[in-house]
Amino acid sequence: MAGGAAGGGSTQGDTYKEVRTWLLLPTWATLSILVLVPVLLMLVYSFLTKEFRGGVIWEFSFAAYDQFFCDRGLFGDEPCSIEWTYITIFWRSIWQAGLATILSLFIGFPTAYFIATRPAHVRPLWVFLITIPYWVNLLIRTVSMRFMLREEGPLNNVLVWSGLTDAPLQMINTNFAVQIGLFYSYLPFMVLPVYAAVERYNFSLSEAAADLYASKWTTLRRIVLPAVKPGVIAGCILVFVPSLGAFLAPDLLGGAKNFMIGSLIEEQFKGNAGNWPFGAAASMILLSVVLIILTIYARQQARAGGKER
Amino acid sequence: MKNILASTIAAAALMAAGSAAQAEGKLAVYHWFEYIPQELLDKFAAENDVEIIMDTYDSNEALLASLKAGAMGTYDVAVPGDYMVKIMADEGLLDTIAEGELANTGNIAPEWADPAFDPGRQHSIPYQWGSTSFMVNRDIYQGDIDTTDILFNPPAELSGKINMLDSQGEVLAMASLHLGIPQCSTDRDQLKALNDMLQEAKGHWASFNSDTAKEVLVSGDVAVGQIYDGFGAKARAEGANVEYAFPTQGYVVWMDNVVLLNDAPNRENALKFMDFLLEPENIAAVSNYARYGAGVTGAGEYMDPELASQPESNPPGTAGEGVFIEVCDQQTQEVYDRIWTALKK
Repeated sequence: MAGGAAGGGSTQGDTYKEVRTWLLLPTWATLSILVLVPVLLMLVYSFLTKEFRGGVIWEFSFAAYDQFFCDRGLFGDEPCSIEWTYITIFWRSIWQAGLATILSLFIGFPTAYFIATRPAHVRPLWVFLITIPYWVNLLIRTVSMRFMLREEGPLNNVLVWSGLTDAPLQMINTNFAVQIGLFYSYLPFMVLPVYAAVERYNFSLSEAAADLYASKWTTLRRIVLPAVKPGVIAGCILVFVPSLGAFLAPDLLGGAKNFMIGSLIEEQFKGNAGNWPFGAAASMILLSVVLIILTIYARQQARAGGKER
Repeated sequence: MKNILASTIAAAALMAAGSAAQAEGKLAVYHWFEYIPQELLDKFAAENDVEIIMDTYDSNEALLASLKAGAMGTYDVAVPGDYMVKIMADEGLLDTIAEGELANTGNIAPEWADPAFDPGRQHSIPYQWGSTSFMVNRDIYQGDIDTTDILFNPPAELSGKINMLDSQGEVLAMASLHLGIPQCSTDRDQLKALNDMLQEAKGHWASFNSDTAKEVLVSGDVAVGQIYDGFGAKARAEGANVEYAFPTQGYVVWMDNVVLLNDAPNRENALKFMDFLLEPENIAAVSNYARYGAGVTGAGEYMDPELASQPESNPPGTAGEGVFIEVCDQQTQEVYDRIWTALKK
């Protein structure tokens, strides 16, 4: 965003020097109104006292964070021991999102590679085909997936008819169904950035590697992957982050028997609990966890990149 | 949260756009989804030369959250359930209907004229009422279904095939009936027993879902499903061999009500709308659409005759008492909130 507004390119840097501040203004305004202010609002709310049945009282309080980390028993009067409830919910969500990311990468990368290696004039058609299902609302696609996966649904019918299984498999209301839902929902977010990276890749490098007797696997690992890494990382982030907050797939395909982060936070605002500070605190903790994971990853990548050179 | 924001923004946009329209006045309705026939809204709009703007919500709690998050002054009327009328009145969100402001209050059926959740009908008029219990697929289970054991301690053939409503109030009220304890208990042994019982019962449940409560029964995804009576009647009408249970331990009854909101921008039209919904013919149109009972005298003769005789609306003599969901004080409610979170963690 910032690059676009600044006009980019070092040769033009001096041309815009005097008006740069003004040209950047829309960017800063957008960032602060749409990102900074809401996050700060959330931070403030997480330290306020909850009002019964929704709303906040403007008194400073650690109660929301205490509730997250401290187990004080069913009646709330025992001394603090570690509260595993919310940590478990977070861990489950991170695990599900991570698995969905890996699954999307394994299917999405070959797909993107396939599209990028087609003749230039048919590539737009393939990209177009990938995006068609996503013109339909996510809710409708998730509900349709229920129909596919249910006990008497098409998938089970095919499995039984082909003799692969004797009886229909229990797929709906399982973690497997949630995985399928997340994978299906976010696959294009993996394919498109990876495709953009692979398309720019200079394939004569692969030919050069082959001339030097590199096997296909070695070429992929040592030449192609490092070159398209930015696209892969962007794809992974674009799949991981929305999967982490997803609640449609867990609710409709997983049976909502276990809270995910998204549904836990939603419940604080729309549910019976009406605990806004706790919802804000859980959001802040989620934000911190995501930032920490991404920072560690970025650092490792930077270090690994430095070593290779 | 997303829905609230979206509907608030949509409402704001509609209100802005509405000022250019031709109609004399406006009416902003905040309503449950899929609950009022469009023809009825059109009829009111035509009779009173009023433009109706309607937004929808999917739970009583979502309604409260949206209003408390700043939507007051946007809407004229809303349709909260019984316990939510009391909560909204306690929160100071409801305007008082003065004596004589409504012409048709005499039409309110006597049994609904002075309910505990709104004594003297100061803020509300009856809309629809019904019950919440559960349905059982009779192809799979032929035994006695009029017991809450079906949900909380099911026979082997039903275990793992049960859908519960994803609604704290309804699940915990039913569980309290199962154990025969009050809904707002402060007795620690009772609360522990409730918590333990639910943890054990969860092992028998396939899913929590409210929006698809009907669909999972019709499709055969589950054999037992907690459901509202009218929604259940629709499931039966769609061909599922399901029967609605009236447990001997009791079941939940509810009533949705039209309330007059504080700071209503079109208070006059709101009162006209309430009078309109107290006309037997109009409220019967809602019942025919939603398959629930109306709280208005004389509505019966405009109703679909099947509605009066449907098994979901006619508890047998063996049925336990129908109870409203109760409103607990803050300290008690926090314990129930913990039980619910522990159930879904």
